[in-house]
Amino acid sequence: MLLITCPWCGPRDETEYHYGGQAHVPHPEAPSDLTDEQWAAYVFFRDNPKGPFAERWMHATGCRRWFNVLRDTATHEVLTTYRLDEPRPGGTR
Amino acid sequence: MADTGITALRSSPLAHLADRMRAAAVTGARGVTLRELPFLHMVNVRVDPSSAAAGRIETALGAPLPRRCGDTTASGPRTVLWLGPDEWLVLSRSDEAAASREALGQDPGSVVDVSANRTTLELSGPSARQVLEKGCPLDLHPRSFGPGRAVSTTVGPVAVLLWQTDDAPTYRLLPRSSFADYLGRWIVDAMSEFGGPEVL
Repeated sequence: MLLITCPWCGPRDETEYHYGGQAHVPHPEAPSDLTDEQWAAYVFFRDNPKGPFAERWMHATGCRRWFNVLRDTATHEVLTTYRLDEPRPGGTR
Repeated sequence: MADTGITALRSSPLAHLADRMRAAAVTGARGVTLRELPFLHMVNVRVDPSSAAAGRIETALGAPLPRRCGDTTASGPRTVLWLGPDEWLVLSRSDEAAASREALGQDPGSVVDVSANRTTLELSGPSARQVLEKGCPLDLHPRSFGPGRAVSTTVGPVAVLLWQTDDAPTYRLLPRSSFADYLGRWIVDAMSEFGGPEVL
């Protein structure tokens, strides 16, 4: 069980949250100009790093806000959490 | 209060369980009671807390909008519960949505009567905290949770707004109406062990 700190509600059990996949995936500027391969890359292809990974979570049974979590995929350690309007700590990826 | 007109026809989400909840009451040192508080008025308020409209709504409510998770503010029979950074639930005994809606005016935000969305269960007595601790992931110990605190969490598998009102302790649980039957039966079952002697 992960203990995730919601930026608004504080530490709560993982069961209160909903997972939302990789964070910081920019929506294409002009989706209609993309080739099928480029669109598929945007929709389906995600990073799969071993180590720190920025991902979106939503506090489903709490404040129902989306926020970002930096989690180590190898150890499951939650490194930090931050709001959607804050940059990823320690640079972008 | 004599109900007249349309209100005489309504039935609460837990009316059919009233007898079972009453029969489940435990008295004495390990006492715990459960009952429904039907038909409380609830108004969902969403507004930017730094806006002028938020100030007008606070004036209309007679209480500030709490700014942090878990905080509540009260003004007479009215209580404002924090739901999110720009979202609150106003509980009261009478219909007061109009005043807040007028205070919001044409500014961005919303004031919606959600009275039928949830019902209210009141769990009270020396064993109430132990009953909840069977299925609530929150730390309900007095060092971290006490009267005047209200948070959204889960009890059993049901999402509820959990609000402690006094030191008895008394808790109010606000589940969605459609989950109230399940939660009521879940709590009645959780209360049953306190009717017998403590097993060590």
